[in-house]
Amino acid sequence: MNKTIRKIAVAAGFAAAVVLPLSGMAAEVPVSSAEVTGSTPAQLKVSNANVFNRLLKKEKDPNAAPWEDGIHDPENEATHALQPPKVAYEGWPRTPFGNHVDWVKALNDGLINPRYDRVDPTVEPLVMDLDIVRPVRASVPDVVFPHKPHTQWLHCSNCHPKIFIPQKGANQINMSAILLGKKCGVCHGKVAFPITTKSCKKCHSKPKPADWKPPLSEASVKNPWR
Amino acid sequence: MRNVTTRLTTWWRAAALALVASVFWGVSMQPAQAEYGDVIINNYSDAAGMRPAVFPHWYHRIRFRCKVCHADLGFKFKAGGNKITMAKIIDGKFCGACHNGEIAWSVENCGLCHSGKPGMPTQIHGSTVQRLVAPTYKPADKK
Repeated sequence: MNKTIRKIAVAAGFAAAVVLPLSGMAAEVPVSSAEVTGSTPAQLKVSNANVFNRLLKKEKDPNAAPWEDGIHDPENEATHALQPPKVAYEGWPRTPFGNHVDWVKALNDGLINPRYDRVDPTVEPLVMDLDIVRPVRASVPDVVFPHKPHTQWLHCSNCHPKIFIPQKGANQINMSAILLGKKCGVCHGKVAFPITTKSCKKCHSKPKPADWKPPLSEASVKNPWR
Repeated sequence: MRNVTTRLTTWWRAAALALVASVFWGVSMQPAQAEYGDVIINNYSDAAGMRPAVFPHWYHRIRFRCKVCHADLGFKFKAGGNKITMAKIIDGKFCGACHNGEIAWSVENCGLCHSGKPGMPTQIHGSTVQRLVAPTYKPADKK
């Protein structure tokens, strides 16, 4: 028993000693309970196995510089000439998902002024302000699709008619399709804000009518014993 | 005496295992934390002996609206779906519409695009599909 514990301790210590200088990622090392509570280890005898958020993904640097982001090759000289995102995002509105930046707000606040034309910076976008309400069968709030922020960035032809048929009731949309990269998922989940539990309310934003009741399932309706 | 030897051997075995595991993890299993929306394009790069190209969406989004590339220049909404080659770029198509030395720096700056780690597959980094369907890297504790 004692031997096993020692073995694990030695292995962990060794791993930490070698990994830390290699990767420079302190976030990957399990946090001791003492660090969580802020007290000294001497007062606590809680095992490292009983820490909070054991299976949660460790917080990563959300806007890592290119040479430490894991996809750029730091041995490539030009990698170090690339701009770190943090520098560009200085002072911008933040979100807890995606680039951790609220792009639409940054645009509306005038913090960025991206061109609508390749060469002419004076071309104004063709903005359409039309909200589409999509009632949702499930108990989550109904979806409001705002054309305005979409047309600020995109052109009608980007979505219509290939992704969405511009006709009421013609588009079957569900979350599985979106998560698999279809419909809204063509952009949302790749470049536009992603589908996380923190971003549901960005689309599902209209509360259900006061008299709304969850629909009964077919199995319940047809149940002869009801 | 024999007991001590066994213990020593175990110690060394554990130490060696930890060393090997951590070196492996440090080199290959470091989870990527690149910017959301970064596209790695490796249709032809590896075969041509170049690093894969990395397209930072965030950087271009600050300067252009989606419409410019995805409507005017004909970029499809699919990583690797445009079959971009250097010949097309030099002809002024795709990236070459701007990366021509007039609107943006020209194609002689190879390393600015071809800056990805060799061998990475074509993908959009941090996409929902990548996370749910086809994770491109395994968590460190799985190997």
